[in-house]
Amino acid sequence: MRRVAVVVFPGSNCDADTLDAATAAGSEAYYVWHRATDLRGADVVILPGGFSYGDYLRSGAIARFSPVMQAVAAHAQDGGTVVGICNGFQILCEAGLLPGALMRNAGQRFLSRPVRVRVETTDTPCTTVYTRGEEITVPVAHGDGRFVADERTLRELEAEGRVVWRYVGENPNGSAREIAGVCSASRTVVGLMPHPERRNSAALGGSDGARVFLSLEAGHATQHAGDVRAAGGHHAGL
Amino acid sequence: MPAFRVEVRVMPRAALLDPQGQAVQHALHALGFAEVGTVRAGKHLVLQLEAPTGDAAAARARAMCDRLLANPVTEDYHVLVEAA
Repeated sequence: MRRVAVVVFPGSNCDADTLDAATAAGSEAYYVWHRATDLRGADVVILPGGFSYGDYLRSGAIARFSPVMQAVAAHAQDGGTVVGICNGFQILCEAGLLPGALMRNAGQRFLSRPVRVRVETTDTPCTTVYTRGEEITVPVAHGDGRFVADERTLRELEAEGRVVWRYVGENPNGSAREIAGVCSASRTVVGLMPHPERRNSAALGGSDGARVFLSLEAGHATQHAGDVRAAGGHHAGL
Repeated sequence: MPAFRVEVRVMPRAALLDPQGQAVQHALHALGFAEVGTVRAGKHLVLQLEAPTGDAAAARARAMCDRLLANPVTEDYHVLVEAA
């Protein structure tokens, strides 16, 4: 059982869903308030979705200076897993733990609906129990989801297989190269715009997002050889 | 220590799509302001601060931009200092 810390910022609103999804996957999940400086022995840190600090200035710009972020950065530095979902992804970009930035959707409108994404790599802590190339349905709910980065960074992300999820069929927000999620060079820090925690059971319209949390519970290091992928990409518990 | 009024203008990079500016441009055209070309929308912040000199105030304001007020990936900024 892995310890999953869900950070709560003022304005987070997906913290409870994220905690539930991690718990449902078998993890020992608990909240950490943004003023805390101790992650209490977390294996995985999740920055959940929401509107931290009202998205003032820029989404994630102020949350990145919350006291807890020093501990999050140190955790990432030590090779610990950090996952940012939606606003969490924006915070990780602002903090420089992930490259690029998330700007206003190209269509100007806030989008809240399911989208199709392709799992581009299973070599991240969030995607070990998916199958590479698999297409899944997960919801987005964001106003600032257009991923941008300079051309050199985009080429580097592609060359190193660091695009984790990519929109397919349509690009809902105008993201560069249809990017919906990326990981760090170390592969242990992951940002996703869609909300896997909102799609983790049949009652929520599908369970395509559940495997993000099952992957986190399964642990990344043991998956590298592809043992889970060899079993059809499905977790034994599914 | 002298007081300064520092204006910080933060604008989206010219190469990047600015949907807010585009929406304003469309609205202006709809209102009959057909002469309007490109519109870019940014942010304007006004800070009151104390510093030994105007140059020192500008240097502090630029440090604030680099750390918080502007995103180096997507935005450019311009700092204007005047005596308060």
